Amino acid sequence: MKLWMPLIASAVVSLSVIPALASAQERMPDTTQRKQPLKVWGAQFEELEYRYSDSDEEIGVWDADFFYGTDNFKARWLSSGEYSFEEQAYEKLENQLVGQIPISTFFDAKAGVRFDTPEGPDRTYAVLGVAGLAPQWFEIDANLYVSKDGDTSADLDAEYELLLTNYWILTATFDATAAFSEDREIGVGKGLVSTETGLRLSYDLVDRAFSPYVGVVHERKYGDTADFARADGGSTEDWFVVVGARLSF
Amino acid sequence: MMRTLVAGALSLLLPAIGLAGEYNLTVDRVTIDTGEFVKEGVGYNGTSPGPTLRFKEGEEVSINVTNNLDEMTSIHWHGLILPFEQDGVPGISFPGIKPGETFTYRFPITQSGTYWFHSHSGFQEPEGASGSIIIEPEGREPFRYDREYVVQLTDKHPHASERVMRNLKITPDYYNRKQQTVGEFFSDVSENGFLSTVKERLAWGDMRMMQADVEDLQGFTGMINGKGPEQNWTGLFEPGERIRLRFINSSAMTYFDIRIPGLKMTVVQADGNNVQPVNVDEFRIGVAETYDVIVRPKDEQAYTIFAESMGRSGYARATLAPEEGMEAPVPGLREPARLTMADMGGMPGMDHGDMGSANKMAEMPDMDHSNMEGMDHSAMMMPEGGASDPFYAKGSGLVPTAANGGKFLSYADLKAQKPLYEEREPAREIELRLTGNMERYTWSINGVKYEDAEPIRLKYGERVRFKFVNETMMTHPMHLHGMWSILDVGAGQWNPIKHTVSVQPGTTVYMETEVDAPGQWAFHCHLTYHMAAGMFRKVIVEGGPESTQAAFSEQPSEIGGDV
Repeated sequence: MKLWMPLIASAVVSLSVIPALASAQERMPDTTQRKQPLKVWGAQFEELEYRYSDSDEEIGVWDADFFYGTDNFKARWLSSGEYSFEEQAYEKLENQLVGQIPISTFFDAKAGVRFDTPEGPDRTYAVLGVAGLAPQWFEIDANLYVSKDGDTSADLDAEYELLLTNYWILTATFDATAAFSEDREIGVGKGLVSTETGLRLSYDLVDRAFSPYVGVVHERKYGDTADFARADGGSTEDWFVVVGARLSF
Repeated sequence: MMRTLVAGALSLLLPAIGLAGEYNLTVDRVTIDTGEFVKEGVGYNGTSPGPTLRFKEGEEVSINVTNNLDEMTSIHWHGLILPFEQDGVPGISFPGIKPGETFTYRFPITQSGTYWFHSHSGFQEPEGASGSIIIEPEGREPFRYDREYVVQLTDKHPHASERVMRNLKITPDYYNRKQQTVGEFFSDVSENGFLSTVKERLAWGDMRMMQADVEDLQGFTGMINGKGPEQNWTGLFEPGERIRLRFINSSAMTYFDIRIPGLKMTVVQADGNNVQPVNVDEFRIGVAETYDVIVRPKDEQAYTIFAESMGRSGYARATLAPEEGMEAPVPGLREPARLTMADMGGMPGMDHGDMGSANKMAEMPDMDHSNMEGMDHSAMMMPEGGASDPFYAKGSGLVPTAANGGKFLSYADLKAQKPLYEEREPAREIELRLTGNMERYTWSINGVKYEDAEPIRLKYGERVRFKFVNETMMTHPMHLHGMWSILDVGAGQWNPIKHTVSVQPGTTVYMETEVDAPGQWAFHCHLTYHMAAGMFRKVIVEGGPESTQAAFSEQPSEIGGDV
């Protein structure tokens, strides 16, 4: 019994001294949050609006972005849709789940899947895209899609903000979609499919979290896509007055 | 038996050590009222900012810090020279203070001057967890004053700090409401012509940089000693008295330009160390810096202490008055500064030839320093008539000027009152490029964020020369813990001794450090959200006296627990 005492004592002493010596000379690993990648989440509605067309059509539109991640990797859920109040149906309902990584100072690459589940036939696509800030402050988002059946298409979104004042902002948007193969079932023809051009005047009412806006949007279908729309009794060109808000949480 | 012996030995030692003071601080949830909004925050002893701790040089202090929060906390004694385990940086000096726990800091006070303390855990500091420290010197001070006040500046933001960080990460210009507008475009056109304005806008647009990127975090209320501009903190005086104002910038993100219209200020101390007195009309205080000035109001009237933010988006205001309730006019905010191409001088890939001799002053290590002393500042004026300061890029848009056209303090004016160390050649130079990406709101050193960085290793006993190269368009107040930062202003052994060194965009600044403190230390940009985004390093000092380790094991409580 007595023999053990000095042993235990010396063990205790050396145990308590070793870490002290070690941390004086070497590094105690920093395990605090500071040493971890900063995790960020966001929920934004770039567009959340009511549209009224020149042919008295009323639709609700959103374009939303929810994400979580670090500088090196973000998981994103991108959702956009158009709901016709008259027909009580989704003319467009698109959801993308993508992973995003930085590829240059100002640009990110995205890859994932896109599910289209509007009224009518559904589609699933693989997505590959780039998004970022081009010179002269143009926000660019370009994507390539391949459907399960092998149909390929691409879209390009560009946005520019003009600061009338530091609170009144005029935002110009241009979206174009092109298809490299026809998908008659969903009314998509080969070539340039459609463009949407918008001009919105917003006011930052609550920080940049709530910015109501009014604007005009012009939609147009082209080529075979326009022919398909006509054949189906739809319009090929629409003008909308829009009222909505940009939200950011 | 052992314990009694140790206690006995300690009590015998105590008189030899001299004074021993015990202080108590509680870390509490507090309510902060800025006069413009009310916010929950963190404070000490129930208030934010916390109390002023008054120490005496030579004293052995014990500070009991009780954590009443439901999260970990810590206190860092900013600018104090002490054993590294007492420095209060979780993960580097100690594990931190758990909720409900009382941690006792023990260290000798080996210096004097104005300092401050703040939490180094999470975002507690911008939430209000800071306070001031006054250390009375053992000897006589080389200046006289009849009265003194701490003037502690903060930039209180209505948003919680976690949310500020998130907003900046998602939208880096979230809080910037001083951006260039269509209106400014037209006024620039009428001033500089259409073509040159368009050219300038295109040049900036090409870089995807904003000339208005001076203040990341706007929308704050500037506070002095816990009072907003409307609440008007007031310090009383008798006309003719010399008042020592101990300015501390404990802001999260904001540099302030400080003036007291009607009064000359004599700067006598910077970062706690006496400097040769400089008379100024205005000075810029970087985040985490301190400046002690002496003013002598002769008239029976009120004077406004006006602290305008560098980006002119906000201000703090206080009053010096012979009687409570007296007020002096509060000046308006000046036009916000705009960065120039010179401020981009450090950007990689920029054509330096175009920049002229941008910042040659600071870039030439072998320059004849003796020339600096009598430097004629007027000779350095830009041809365009802009102001100049060797610590700003030549032609920088950030160079401050005094509101009354008088003297604005420059780092170049700071000369140590008494050299702290013998002048000697540094053993080596360590280059630290201050880097970042404003669009992603990532901030780093040498392009590497703290999460991916190896520590900087220094050797005990060496003198190192740090070369800061600011490659970003923002100003970074770099703070090295535990050891002095001897700022190279070209004054040789009279170079000022600081703890925080501001590095302006597009400039190169040198500082030297006598590596005389073993252990491991933090080294970082003191802008809260730059630090949190990665502009941070751990410094390991290898080697050093045995005594530190002995002192270390004497206090097992510091290292115990979950290391």
